[in-house]
Amino acid sequence: MIVLKIILIIILTPIVGCLLAGIDRKLTARLQNRVGPPLLQPFYDFLKLMSKENIVANKNQNTYILIYFMFIITSILMLFLQMDLLMIIFVYTVANVALIIGGMSTGSPYAKIGSHREMMSMLSYEPVLIFFIIGMYMLTGSFNISNLNYATKPLIIYLPLIFISMLFIMSVKFKKSPFDFSASHHAHQELVKGIFTEFSGPGMGLIELTHWYEYVFLLGLMFMFWKQNIIIGLIISIFAFLFVIVVDNITARLTWQWLFKITWTIVIGLSIINLLIVYFMKLKIV
Amino acid sequence: MGKLLSNIMTKSPWIVHVNCNSCNGCDIEVLACLTPLYDAERFGVINIGTPKQADIMVVTGSVNNKNIDVLQNIYDQMPEPRAIVAIGACATSGGIFHDCYNVIGGIDKVLPVDVYVPGCCPKPESILDGILKAAGILEEKRKNKSKGVTV
Repeated sequence: MIVLKIILIIILTPIVGCLLAGIDRKLTARLQNRVGPPLLQPFYDFLKLMSKENIVANKNQNTYILIYFMFIITSILMLFLQMDLLMIIFVYTVANVALIIGGMSTGSPYAKIGSHREMMSMLSYEPVLIFFIIGMYMLTGSFNISNLNYATKPLIIYLPLIFISMLFIMSVKFKKSPFDFSASHHAHQELVKGIFTEFSGPGMGLIELTHWYEYVFLLGLMFMFWKQNIIIGLIISIFAFLFVIVVDNITARLTWQWLFKITWTIVIGLSIINLLIVYFMKLKIV
Repeated sequence: MGKLLSNIMTKSPWIVHVNCNSCNGCDIEVLACLTPLYDAERFGVINIGTPKQADIMVVTGSVNNKNIDVLQNIYDQMPEPRAIVAIGACATSGGIFHDCYNVIGGIDKVLPVDVYVPGCCPKPESILDGILKAAGILEEKRKNKSKGVTV
């Protein structure tokens, strides 16, 4: 029974992720007064990349991408099987570290600087994820996601500022403006292609596939703010996705100094204020 | 699905744009292809900056002694199957500069060109037409598994 669930999750998630990526490109095109590619264009890109030759700069660089792929699938499975949220974030961090090391292993200066910048992005979004988990722990008394099924109120009622912080860092995670200085997606070149510069053919195809899983994972994190009601949870996830796309089209790219100025003062400040309110008023939802 | 698999290169041609010795007139027209008025992205064309992920190399300008190594380097980094589109009169045959002291000639003196788009400079519609023709040639190359060699 649980094996069937796992197989369904592994097969259905990239389909949803591919459609999300397609909606992203189509919406971006419409916002820029263009027609845009067909909705299944990410799938065509993936098939084309898989049929190209595999040129590498370092013979181990595709191994790191395989590690990135497997750990993102593990974190998606743990999220949907409602396991411990702290462990999920640790597994997700290992996946991103594997990607950073993979980028650095190629030896190209573009990929190296892209990896450095990706590490700085990690410095800015990891605290917000940890504060989200701490907020959930303070409200429910456990890190388990399945504990949220017994909650009397949704998480967003008592964690509104953390919700705003998570919206901010979704731009960093989706690698979209204003914080896409490590490796922008598709036609916005930054350091050629940043951390993904030296990957070709099947390696790049695997990265695209992993990005589809990662989109669903990030929207799943936003879904947990109102987990009790599926419809409202889905509305919150889709709102977060559309917010990221619209902000991508109306802002320009910023430097890492700006990223730290904005996240380490405003975003983390909001999260800490929210946690202090929850602590001093002894709020609980379970 | 079978029809899709037999047509995959035409659905997603990614280009890398190389400017050797061009006056930038053709480059402006190539970049105009990617703007909302002519919109190359509706065919799946993206200007990927890195040659390792590109299928089609879009070249403007002629070849001279300084950029012959650069052209070979970028062409070598492209994975198979790959195609080259030579844009403008200078890339086709040297153009108005064909008997300058440093100009070797058109791109086909160095690399195997698949599509020529003549003009000085060609309209964005012609450039888009050339890129899509090259995507069709790519599909043939993928089926026959023929490899490109440098001249």
